[in-house]
Amino acid sequence: MTEMIEVRGVTKAFGGVIANNEISVDVPEGRITGLIGPNGSGKTTLFNSIVGYHPIDRGSVKFEGREISDMRVQQIARLGLLRTFQQTRIYSKMNGVQNMLISLPHHSETYKSMFQKYPPEVTEKAERLLDFVGLYQKRLLISGELSFGQQKLLEFAMALMNEPRVLLLDEPTAGINPTLINGLIDRLKSASSELGVTLFVIEHNMSVIMTLADNIYCLANGRVLAHGAPDEIQNDQRVINAYLGGHYIADDGDDGEN
Amino acid sequence: MAERGASPLIAVGRWVHGLDPNMRRIVLYGCILAAGISAPFVFEAYTFAIAVLWVMILFALTWDILGGQMGYNSLGNIAFFGIGMYICAIVQIGLYYDVALYTAHDGAVNIHYTPEQYFTGLALGIVAGGLGAMAFAVVFGLIVFGLRGPYFAIGTLGVALAAPELIGAWDYVGGGGGISLPNYPGGPDERSRLFYYLCLIFAFATFGFLKWLYSTRFGLAINAIRDDEEKAEGMGLHTMRYKMIGWSIAAFFLGLSGAVFGNMIGFIEPLEVAFPTVTFGIFMIVMCLMGGKGTLWGPVIGATLFHTIKEVTWAHMLGWQWVALGVLIIVTVVFFQQGIVGWLKNAFPEWYGITVDEAVSAESDADIAARLTRSEAAE
Repeated sequence: MTEMIEVRGVTKAFGGVIANNEISVDVPEGRITGLIGPNGSGKTTLFNSIVGYHPIDRGSVKFEGREISDMRVQQIARLGLLRTFQQTRIYSKMNGVQNMLISLPHHSETYKSMFQKYPPEVTEKAERLLDFVGLYQKRLLISGELSFGQQKLLEFAMALMNEPRVLLLDEPTAGINPTLINGLIDRLKSASSELGVTLFVIEHNMSVIMTLADNIYCLANGRVLAHGAPDEIQNDQRVINAYLGGHYIADDGDDGEN
Repeated sequence: MAERGASPLIAVGRWVHGLDPNMRRIVLYGCILAAGISAPFVFEAYTFAIAVLWVMILFALTWDILGGQMGYNSLGNIAFFGIGMYICAIVQIGLYYDVALYTAHDGAVNIHYTPEQYFTGLALGIVAGGLGAMAFAVVFGLIVFGLRGPYFAIGTLGVALAAPELIGAWDYVGGGGGISLPNYPGGPDERSRLFYYLCLIFAFATFGFLKWLYSTRFGLAINAIRDDEEKAEGMGLHTMRYKMIGWSIAAFFLGLSGAVFGNMIGFIEPLEVAFPTVTFGIFMIVMCLMGGKGTLWGPVIGATLFHTIKEVTWAHMLGWQWVALGVLIIVTVVFFQQGIVGWLKNAFPEWYGITVDEAVSAESDADIAARLTRSEAAE
C-alpha cells in the first residue's frame, strides 16, 4: 500500500510552546486515518503544517512522494491536498450553488478559463453533490444564513467538488445534530470508497472515529502518543490516561486547561 | 379624473409587466441609451453636468469591482484617473511638439493643431491613458496587495496622495502649474458634444463589460475573495491573479475616463483636476454605498442619485452645498450601508432568486422512477 502523506520528524514551535514535536505520521492511500488527542495536543497545528499554512521548523512532509513542506497553501491545494476548518469556513454571502462552482479544482486553470462561464454539466455536478449532503433544497439561499451544521455539510461538499486526492477534515461532526451524524459517517465512508478520496480526520467523538477510521494516531503534548487499529487505541492505557485526566497524574498540565 | 390621467401610465406599466425578462431588459437599456443620446440636444444647457454624471457612474462601477465585489476598499483609485489624464496629455502634445518646451511656454505661445493632428493625438492619448493606468495598477498591485483590510485602504490612500505631489514637482509636465491641452479645432457646441458622447460611451462600455465579467468565473472568484480570502487560498484559487486583473480592469476604465475628462475641462493640474482625492476619490465610494455595493446596478443608481443631489444643492443651496453633501455622506455611511439595491435584496429576497426550492432532490421524478425500477429489477 502506498502512502499518500508521509510526515517525518515535523517540529513546529510558537514562541516557547512546541506544538508539534518530532511528529511522524503516514496516511495510506484510499483509507481513512484518524487523528485524536486532548485539546491543545497539536492536531490542528499538524494539519496546518501539512497543508502549508505556516512554515515548519524541522522535518519533512511528502505528498505522493513529493516534498511539499516548502510550498505555499495554494500550490498544495492545487496538487489535490485539501483541508476543511474546525471553525467552518464557507463563502457566506454567496448561495450554495455558487459556493460549489467556485470550488472547482484550480490546478488546470488558465487565464482564458478565468473568463469563461460554467458549463451546465458543472452546475449539475454541483447540484448532485449538494443533494449528496442533503442541501439541495437550500442551494439558492445565502449560505451564511444556513445553520452551523448545514454550513459544515456545505464545506464538505465544496471540498468534494474540488476533487482532492486527500482530504483533511478537522472535526467534521462537531456541532452537527446527533441524528445527522450517522448520515455524515455514511457520506464520509462513501466519499472514501466510491470517490477514492483518502481521508485524514481529526475527531473528538470517539464512537464516530472508532467506526470511521481504519487506523488512528493519538497525539498528546505535541508528540505521537500511540498509533494502531481502533480497538488497539481504545484499549491503550496511555490514550485512556491522556483523555481521562491522566495528564494531571503525569503533571505536565501545560496545555491551558483549568 | 385621476384615473383617466393615470391610465396611460398604467397601460405602459401593464405592457412592461407583460414582456418577457429579456425583452424588458432591452426596453430598459434602449430607454437609457435613447435618453443618453438625446440629452445634449434636449437639455443643451446641462450637457456638461450630464457628461459628468456618466463619469460618476463609471467611477462608481470601477470602484465597486474591488470595493464591492472583492472586498478590498481602495481609497486610491482616483490615482488611475489622474495618471490616465496625464499620459493622454503627454501623448497628445508629445506626438507633435517637445513636451518640456510646450509646458514651459504654456499660454505664451499659440500652438495650432490641424484637425487631423488633434484627433489622432486624442485617440492615441485616450488608449495610452487606459493602458498606462493599467500598467501602473500592476506595479502598485505588487506593493499594496500584500496588505489587507484597513491597511490596504491606507496603503492605497498613500498612493493617491503621493501622486499629485510627485507630478507637482515634475517640471516636464508643467509641475503644479498644470498643462493647457491643445485647442479643439471646431466650435464649442461640437466640442462639448464630442466629449459628452465619449463619456457616455465609456460609461456604457464599463457597464457592459462588468455585466459580462460578473457572469463568468471571475465574478464568483472575486466574491469568494471578499467572503473569505484565506479559505479561497486553501481551495487553491489563484487569488493574486484575480486581484491584479480586477484592479487592472478598474484602472483601465478610470484611465480612459481621466483622459476624456482632462480634455473636456481643457486644462489639467495635479491637485484639483487630476487627483481630486477628497472630492471624486470619496464620491466614488459614497455612490457605491448609497446604491448598494457588490451589485451591478447599485453603483449606477447611487451615482445618479448622488450626482443629482449634488447638482441640485449646488444650484439651490449655494454656500451650504458642502454641508448638505457632508450630511448625505454621513447618513449613508452610518445608517444606510447596504444601499438601495442591498436593501431591496434584504426586503424582497425572492426577486433575486433567494428561495427554498420545493423540489426534494437534484434527481428529476423520472430519474427516481428509473432508479427504483432498476433496483426492483436487481432484486
